[in-house]
Amino acid sequence: MITALLYTAAGLLLFCLGLWSFLMHRPLLRKLIALNVMGSGVFLVFVALAYRGPEGAPDPVPHALVLTGIVVAVSATALALALGRRLEEAERD
Amino acid sequence: MIDTLALAITLPLLGALAAVARPRAARAIGLITALVTTAGVAALVIEVAQFGLRRTDLGGWGAPLGIALQADGLAAALLAMTNLVALAVSLYASDYFGDGPIRRHFWPLWLLLWAALNGLFLAADLFNIYVALELVGLAAVALAALTGTREALTASLRYLLASLLGAITYLLGVALLYAAHGTLDLGQLANAIAEGPVAWTALVLMTGGLSIKAALWPMHFWLPPAHGNAPAPVSAALSALVVKAAFYLVLRLWFGLYDTAATLAAAHFLGFLGAGAVLWGSWQALRAERLKRMAAYSTVAQMGYLFLFFPLLAAAEPGAAREDLLAALVLFALSHGFAKAALFLAAGHIQQCAGHDRIAELSGTAQRLPATTFVIALASVTLIGLPPSGAFTAKWLLLSGAIAAGQWWGVLVVLAGTLLAAAYSFRLLGRAFGFEPTPYRCITAVHTEVPALALALTATLGLGLAGDALWTLLQVGGPR
Amino acid sequence: MTGAALRAFVTIAIALAAGVLWWVFSLALLEGPGERLAPLAAEALPRSGVGNPVTAVLLNFRAYDTLLELAVLLAAVLGIWASGPPDRGFAPAEIVLAGLVDWLVPLLILAAGYLLWVGGQAPGGAFQAGAMLAAAGVVLRLAGTPRAGLPRGDWQRVLVVAGVAAFLAVGLALMAIGHGFLTYPPGHAKWLILTIETAATLAIGATLAAAYVGGSPPDGPPGEDRA
Repeated sequence: MITALLYTAAGLLLFCLGLWSFLMHRPLLRKLIALNVMGSGVFLVFVALAYRGPEGAPDPVPHALVLTGIVVAVSATALALALGRRLEEAERD
Repeated sequence: MIDTLALAITLPLLGALAAVARPRAARAIGLITALVTTAGVAALVIEVAQFGLRRTDLGGWGAPLGIALQADGLAAALLAMTNLVALAVSLYASDYFGDGPIRRHFWPLWLLLWAALNGLFLAADLFNIYVALELVGLAAVALAALTGTREALTASLRYLLASLLGAITYLLGVALLYAAHGTLDLGQLANAIAEGPVAWTALVLMTGGLSIKAALWPMHFWLPPAHGNAPAPVSAALSALVVKAAFYLVLRLWFGLYDTAATLAAAHFLGFLGAGAVLWGSWQALRAERLKRMAAYSTVAQMGYLFLFFPLLAAAEPGAAREDLLAALVLFALSHGFAKAALFLAAGHIQQCAGHDRIAELSGTAQRLPATTFVIALASVTLIGLPPSGAFTAKWLLLSGAIAAGQWWGVLVVLAGTLLAAAYSFRLLGRAFGFEPTPYRCITAVHTEVPALALALTATLGLGLAGDALWTLLQVGGPR
Repeated sequence: MTGAALRAFVTIAIALAAGVLWWVFSLALLEGPGERLAPLAAEALPRSGVGNPVTAVLLNFRAYDTLLELAVLLAAVLGIWASGPPDRGFAPAEIVLAGLVDWLVPLLILAAGYLLWVGGQAPGGAFQAGAMLAAAGVVLRLAGTPRAGLPRGDWQRVLVVAGVAAFLAVGLALMAIGHGFLTYPPGHAKWLILTIETAATLAIGATLAAAYVGGSPPDGPPGEDRA
């Protein structure tokens, strides 16, 4: 249980650090990284929820949710970067 | 065995795939898919009305291991509105984009958005809602950026960042509920959730995330530029449907999942934010210089009215009075969906013909585009809340509920919002009926006006008269 | 409020929120069900058609989530295509890098195939394999292949929809013969899952590589697929 609590705490800390960074910084890249840090925090919380002691096999459902979440996060980041690059070009013209 | 719940999602998805694979035929594929999807969803809505709650366990595992789709009266009502509006938007878009270069990007994304919206209304699983929300979000952002102008790109990026922040916050709330109850199924969670700090924090996280996506004031900052700079059919879908889907989820959480645990103080807080939205959104709509900006700020205000219902619903005892309030809320949401879509489609028409949408220079629109002006007038009837529109009935019930509950601030907000809505609508119509000639450079084909006109007529006449059917439909297993 | 005061306020508010979150999550973990869905998943695993519990959740118990997730990936790449043509890419690789790439890309593809196959029993599966394929594409583009090894327009379009298409084909076919959407009949689950996973691997690899290229694919043969 201590292990799960520690990893949950680490995940929540990442979420809050990401949120702070998202609100405090203006550049797109910073905000995107901040969002990804927040996402990693939530995923870490899910992984901690799956932990069932050194003997028990982990709960596969949160693991699967995290895999799904990662792909979604990658997709969103890719779209944001493409739009950001397009915006930079539009501003240069 | 034909599973209409699964078809509501898979039909538009199939269309999207076909449109990606055959871009040259995207328009034909899009139109066929729109018709077939609407027919499929009509079958589903009729099933719900006739046989009651529909539920299907995808994969045959059943909750909590598997994912279920579920349609009750509330879901059916919003599905019906969404698919009718989407059909009209598709018909309009096939003329608007024609054979231009954007059409090959528009159709696949639009059909993906449609599938995701249907999926959201039918979702019965908290994590599945997250995935569907992200699909709605990414497709909507990509559509909003289609024009590729600097303004549209800036607005879309801001929309994307806000949308992602909302989704990730929502997901943390889901993690908390899974930690506490070991299931993601809405029905099982509704039985398991007990009042306490865990339930509260999860509700705050999920509501917080969703209200960014529903553009609840003061988290609406992303909406006016995104909706104002998108191509007209996209603006119509974003304003009429996408924010409505996020609001639908908030409603489900508060009065389906959390029924016993939702307390008055928190509902009042949401109500105050809604009041802020009504006043601020209406005021900004009155000051807007461009027609599409005006319509976008009007969406902020109209979303505010929906949240004004929350304190009344939380205070009402279960029973007829509460069901009336809930039905009024849904009626308001549906009316706004039809009317705002009509308004944006009309705005797109004006923009195409005049080459701009600056309200101050729209004099003479009534002579040049009589049907379009008529659509704007009809939509305004609903946005102001005049009889015989459904919005009038809804506002009337909202007002009487607020008076009965002694919430005088709510009454004042509704009255002020209505006056402001009348002011911004008449400012626009006054211009449109002006006599100074303005150069308009197109001849309108009659059939291009039909979708917007049909939507406006549905909002103003259809929903005003179909109230009874809606009341009956909402009795089907809705949130109590 | 001045900027500094606002920053301090936000910082303090988030710190407080962090404390509350940790307290609440500890409550949920200590008082909540220790088991959650793990026993159910373990009990259903033999009927899922695969030996790896995570793959069972992704491709069977919660296959619908995975279907929508592939649609999310598709939406992202469509949005990227809509944003315009890609950059020119990088200069062709010098001889050392080119030699390395000649080795690396086949190895990555081989590793992807292995990950896909092993995912049925052990950690691995369509996403890991797709990511490997995409990595091969990224390496190719970095070494100067502008299209990152992807086929021309038409086939590239077919590849990126393959995952969702396989899911829908299997799901709807099962529905048509009376099993329900994505309800695999007992005994056939393994091959149906492998079919979907293979298509999904190709789609994920192609989609991620196309996203890395970052613009709409070139048109197909003359006369086909022109904007």
